Amino acid sequence: MSDIQELKDFATQVRRDILRQVHKVNSGHPGGSLGCTEFFTALYKEVMHHNTNFDMDGKNEDLFFLSNGHISPVFYSVLARTGYFPVDELNTFRLINSRLQGHPTTHEGLPGIRVASGSLGQGMSVAIGAAEAKKLNKDNHLVFSLHGDGELQEGQNWEAIMYAAAKKIDNLISTVDLNGQQIDGSTDTVLPMGNLKKKFEAFGWDVLEIEDGNDMEQVLKGLKEAKTHTGKGKPVCILMTTVMGNGVDFMMHTHAWHGKAPNDEQLEKALSQNPETLGDY
Amino acid sequence: MKKYTDTGKKDTRSGFGDGLTELGRKNPNVVALCADLVGSLKMQDFIDENPERFFQVGIAEANMIGIAAGLTIGGKIPFAGTFANFATGRVYDQIRQSVAYSGKNVKICASHSGVTLGEDGATHQILEDIGLMKMLPGMTVINTCDYNQTKAATIAIAEHDGPVYLRFGRPKVANFTPEDQKFEIGKAVKLYGGNDVTIIATGHLVWEALQAAEKLSEKGISAEVINIHTIKPLDEEAIIKSVKKTGCVVTAEEHNFLGGLGESVARTLAENNPAPQEFVATQDTFGESGTPEQLMDKYGLNAEAIIKATEKVLSRK
Repeated sequence: MSDIQELKDFATQVRRDILRQVHKVNSGHPGGSLGCTEFFTALYKEVMHHNTNFDMDGKNEDLFFLSNGHISPVFYSVLARTGYFPVDELNTFRLINSRLQGHPTTHEGLPGIRVASGSLGQGMSVAIGAAEAKKLNKDNHLVFSLHGDGELQEGQNWEAIMYAAAKKIDNLISTVDLNGQQIDGSTDTVLPMGNLKKKFEAFGWDVLEIEDGNDMEQVLKGLKEAKTHTGKGKPVCILMTTVMGNGVDFMMHTHAWHGKAPNDEQLEKALSQNPETLGDY
Repeated sequence: MKKYTDTGKKDTRSGFGDGLTELGRKNPNVVALCADLVGSLKMQDFIDENPERFFQVGIAEANMIGIAAGLTIGGKIPFAGTFANFATGRVYDQIRQSVAYSGKNVKICASHSGVTLGEDGATHQILEDIGLMKMLPGMTVINTCDYNQTKAATIAIAEHDGPVYLRFGRPKVANFTPEDQKFEIGKAVKLYGGNDVTIIATGHLVWEALQAAEKLSEKGISAEVINIHTIKPLDEEAIIKSVKKTGCVVTAEEHNFLGGLGESVARTLAENNPAPQEFVATQDTFGESGTPEQLMDKYGLNAEAIIKATEKVLSRK
């Protein structure tokens, strides 16, 4: 068990990694990555029982699926810094011949990735399949997944949400990153999705909320509590409110940094707000 | 010439269902999924014997493909069944990203392909699926010709590690391949040897090609008939060897001439041994309602059409 300060320091380093990855190639998605930094840190450092000796089948360990694959920078940083592959490899993000593709893929054999994602709306179905396999294998470990809020506009999610409740997939914890932003603007201006808590509940899910998904204590507590809700006949949903671009003042509360990299000056400013803790790659 | 005997008309989808049942008995990792078409896909026996290994997803094909991809993570071998139209075009991106690009060991099992689906009409008759599936890197594409071959293929693809598209159909058709014939993915089957023309057929057109070859023989034309059940990877060696000998080729398939078996054969020959070719296939059109037989006749997908194409290609030699 790490102490909270250790986790926060880890998250600060992950933020630096995110910013430096996208800056180097002048592309990628920093906004959602920065907003989900606490989630990934808590999940991989504290919540999941996982082996860093990567095996695709993932038997007898918890599994995680990233459905909104564009936030690959935070995923890559956390995978590297929890031992899945060398941290130096973050230098190759989005470069030719790299295992760190723009969106995560199994195709290049990057340890830690179990399915390609990027074309939105597919991750929950895959997570359900993996959860069904765990049940067949009498493996009591859990399956976690993460989804963007805008991503829920894809219809396949609602097929999956309906299925998971009907078939009592109670070894699944799906978190929705409620940052309220998508490419064309706020989710409320692009396509308002109404009350997601009521929607998930109406479909038969057990719904928990994390009010501040950028507060490490809250994220940790929320994820641990969610684990206690598993095995009771219902899939578990966490609605986690975050701020896109969190940790960099000029990137927060806007969709402008969804898919845009900082320039040299902006990077310097952003990094100054996130001092090095574990050492840059 | 030795004639092939129809041992009794059977639907290829029953070959799939019976193959799946056999697999269920011998391979505990085989699981099955269906999107509300269990009866049509003949999956009930598998379900009765292995209820815990069957996943009914309802009318939600995209979710079915994703769940199938997820089931492979944990060592399962999922057979996902629905109509060919809903198994391909409807879920192309799900297959592309979650299955093909992710290299998942999913078997997409597609019944009611082509116009022989019949009376339901063009909304349900896909003639583009072979093209869609063969363009996906790493996807194996199989179109079987009768009950025995479909059953053998169903059993064989469980042993192949990687995504497979298995295409079969609805109507009862001649069952003529040997019951014990081993199914080898990617291996052509020569049904008749001949010297004047090579007829390469897949799926329901294979029986028609045999009928055509017998009639051509009466006219003194010696046709070599090759059954290509695996469109990808294609047995290029068998095709080149045959066409080097005969000098011309007719391809026959229940599919659009764009994107089908004919185009794969044409590419192979263009690169290795250019030769005149005629395409027995639908001509960039949708289907329509009718009986399977009426539709095969109207769209030029029978022995008569193969004979005409053969006469034409011989005149171009």
